[in-house]
Amino acid sequence: MADDAIRCDACPVLCYIKPGRAGSCDRYANDNGQLIRLDPHVVLEHAVSRGGTVVPFLEKSGQWDGSLVSGAETFVTAIGAGTTYPDYKPAPFIISSEVSGVDMVTVVTEGIFSYCGVKLKIDTDRHLGEECSTVRAQGEAVGHVTTNEYGSQMLSLGGVRHLTGGTRQEGTATCDTLLTLCNGKAVELKIDDGAAVVVQANQPPIVDGVKEERMRVGCGSATIGMFAKQWFGKVDEVVVVDDHITGVWSEHQAGKLLGVPATGIKMKGRRSTPGRYFRVAEPGKSWGGTNIENPLSILSAFDAKVAKPGLRLLMVSTTGEHYGYFELDDKLLPVEKELPPVLRESVERIRENCEPALCTVLFMGGAGGSLRAGVTENPVKLTHSVRDALTRVTCGGAPVYVWPGGGITIMVDVSRLPENAFGYVPTPALVAPIEFTMKLSDYAALGGYMDHVLPLSSINRNHDEDGRKRISARPDNPWPLAPNRIEKSRAEK
Amino acid sequence: MTDRAQIRMLPDGRRLHLHDGPIDLIVEAFGEPGEVKLAYRAAATRFISILDELCAELVFLRSAACASGDLPSGVIARRMLAAVLPYAARAFITPMAAVAGSVAEEILAAMTSNSKLSRAYVNDGGDIALHLTTGQTFVVGMVERPDLASIFGTTTIESTDPIRGIATSGRHGRSFSLGIADAVTVLADTAAMADAAATILGNAVDLPGHPAIHRVAACELAPDSDLGSRLVTQFVEELPGREVSVALQAGVQAAESLRDAALIRAAALNLQGETRVIGTTNSLSSVSLSSMKISTPQRSLAHA
Repeated sequence: MADDAIRCDACPVLCYIKPGRAGSCDRYANDNGQLIRLDPHVVLEHAVSRGGTVVPFLEKSGQWDGSLVSGAETFVTAIGAGTTYPDYKPAPFIISSEVSGVDMVTVVTEGIFSYCGVKLKIDTDRHLGEECSTVRAQGEAVGHVTTNEYGSQMLSLGGVRHLTGGTRQEGTATCDTLLTLCNGKAVELKIDDGAAVVVQANQPPIVDGVKEERMRVGCGSATIGMFAKQWFGKVDEVVVVDDHITGVWSEHQAGKLLGVPATGIKMKGRRSTPGRYFRVAEPGKSWGGTNIENPLSILSAFDAKVAKPGLRLLMVSTTGEHYGYFELDDKLLPVEKELPPVLRESVERIRENCEPALCTVLFMGGAGGSLRAGVTENPVKLTHSVRDALTRVTCGGAPVYVWPGGGITIMVDVSRLPENAFGYVPTPALVAPIEFTMKLSDYAALGGYMDHVLPLSSINRNHDEDGRKRISARPDNPWPLAPNRIEKSRAEK
Repeated sequence: MTDRAQIRMLPDGRRLHLHDGPIDLIVEAFGEPGEVKLAYRAAATRFISILDELCAELVFLRSAACASGDLPSGVIARRMLAAVLPYAARAFITPMAAVAGSVAEEILAAMTSNSKLSRAYVNDGGDIALHLTTGQTFVVGMVERPDLASIFGTTTIESTDPIRGIATSGRHGRSFSLGIADAVTVLADTAAMADAAATILGNAVDLPGHPAIHRVAACELAPDSDLGSRLVTQFVEELPGREVSVALQAGVQAAESLRDAALIRAAALNLQGETRVIGTTNSLSSVSLSSMKISTPQRSLAHA
C-alpha cells in the first residue's frame, strides 16, 4: 500500500505522503504522485494572522537584526514612485506578489493628470452662491457652483479648462487649489456674488467667517414630518423655517393626521402643497439658510376669524440653531416669550439629529491617456481589463470609483489616501499616485512588461536604506491585494 | 546551521515567527525593548538546529515510550519522553505526543536565560509555554475547534498559579486522534506536560465502537505515523445530546484522575458544541463565555 506514497524531502522529517494527503507540516502534499506545495497553509494562516511569505533566515548578512521584514502583507503604493515620461517606457515599479496562492502584479506609477479636478461637497444650507457662479481662489477662476444636494452645496473645481485653457495665473491658482485640497489642507474660496468659504477635507466649512456646525436634519417639511408627534399637546403651531421648503405644522399632512386644528397662520412665499412653502425669503446665511434675522418677517397677519389670543407658536430652523417662541396677544400679534422647557426638548432633539457639517473632497481624474503605455504596449487592453474588473485600480492604496463608459476616469476620497500623496508639475497639472493590480497571467495577456516585473521581496529588503516609508494601511480601506474585492465598474450586462 | 529555517517578525512588529519544516512558532516577549531584542535573538539562535536534533532521533521518538528503555540524547527529546512516561504503563504513547510543548519550552528557556523579561510566551501551534514574573498575568483564549478561529472563553493565568503550560489537542488538528473530542485544552505546570495530557484526554473523549464514528488505521493515512495500524478518528456524525454527554463524561473522569495525580491543573473538553470544565485551581473557573474579537492583521503601505 505504501507504494503509491512519496517521500517528501522538503525537511529532515522526510514524511511518506499518500496520494491526496499532506505531510506532517500540512504544507507539502502528494497530488497524484507529485509533491506539491500547498499555499497558503490554512493552519499557519490562522496562527500567524495571515503572515504572507516568509523570508529565509540569515540569507544575506549572516545576522538577523530583529527588525520587521514583511511579506505579501505589504502593498507598494505609487506615492513618490515617479513616472517615466514618455510613457512608452515601462512604469517605474511593476511588483509581483503572491496572494492566496495566485501570483499578482501591481503596476505602480504616478500619473500626471492634466484632466483632473475636485468635486467638493460642502454640508451647509447657507446660500453660498447661485448655480454656475464662478468660484475663485487667489482672485482667479478655479471652478463653479454646481447642484444643491440634500443638505449640501456642491462645487466643481479644476478641470482641464481652468488648468491649461486660461491664463497662466489661472492655471497656477487652479493647480495650487487642487493640490492643497487633495493633500488635506485648507483653502479659501470666494464665490462671485456669494460667500467666502474656507474648505478643508473632513473639516467643517467656514462660511463668511462662521464655522458651520451641523447639517440640517432635513428640509422644513421633512422636519415637520419627523417631529410632528412630539409637539402634539405642547404647542398650537410650529413653523420650521427653511430656504427650500418651510413647513407649517397645522397645515402639513403630518399635523392634519394628528388632528391639529387650524391656527389662522398666514405665510409669505409660494405654497407648494398644504403646509409646504417655497421662497418664504431670500437665500442667506441666517435662519434655515434664508436671509431673515426676524422669523416673524415671513408671516402675514393671522386670520382673525380663526386665530385666538394666547395661541402658542414655535418657530425653529432646520438645525435647531435658531428658534423663537411666541404667543398671540389680544390684537393677535405674536409676542416673543421664553421657550417653555417642554419645547426646548424638541428644539434640542432637532439639533441632536443633525450630523456634523463637513467638507468632503473627491479627486477626479482621467487615467485613460498615455499613462497606460507605461503599463502595457497595448493601452486599450488595460482600459478593457479595468472595465472587465480583472484589474483593480487604487490611488495610494485607497479604493477608487471607476466611472462607467469609456476611458479610465476615477474618483477617490482624498481623505482615504496617505498624507501628502499628491504633487504637481509646472504644466500645470496634478501628479497623483495610481496602481493597477491584476493577476500576473492577466498582465501577461494584456501585453505587460513581463521582463520588468520585480518580486515584492526586492522592495522589502534593505528597507532601512532604501528611502521607503512604511505606514499602516487604513483599516477602513479594503486591502488592495485582497481577492474578490474587485468591484464591477460597469453596469451588469 | 541551516538555511531552511525561516525567521521573521510578524507584520505587527511585536511577535516573532519561527518556522522550520513542521515546526511553526509564534513568540512574544515583554520587557525593555533591548531585552526583548536580546530574547528574540536567543530564540532564533536556538531555533535553527531544533528540527535536525529531533530528526536525528525520530525513530526513537516515534516508538512507544518505555520507562525501562534507553534515554534519548537530545535535551528536547528527553523532555518529551519525561512528559509521556507517566502514561506509558497504561496506554500506548510515544514521545511525539509531547513534541510541540517540549519545543516551546526549549525556546522559552533560551529566551529567559539570556534576558530579563516580565512575561513571554512561545506558541507552538496551540501548545504554549509561558513565562510570568511576579504580578504578571496572561489572558488565554480557548477555541472550540483548533481549525476555527472562534474563541468560546478566556481564562486568566496569574503568576501565583503553578501553570506555565497550555495545550490544545483534538481531532481537527494536524495530529491524529484516537478519540472524538473537537478540542481539549489543558493547563499544566509545563508545556510538555500539558501537551502529553491533552493527547491522552483527546483520546479519552470517545464512544468506543459507535457506528457514527468513522475510524481508519493511521498508517493508511500516513505510512510513517507513530500510531501504526491503530484506528484514528476521521469523521464523526452528529451525535445525540446524551451520547455527547457520555463521551465527555469519559474525558472528565480521565481529566480528574490526571488532576489528582498533579499531571494537570485544569482542562476544558469540547465535543459538538458541549463543554465540560474541570480544575481545582481558580484558573478555569474564571472561564468567561465571551465572544472575543479576533484581531485583524496589521497591514502597511510602502511608498515607492
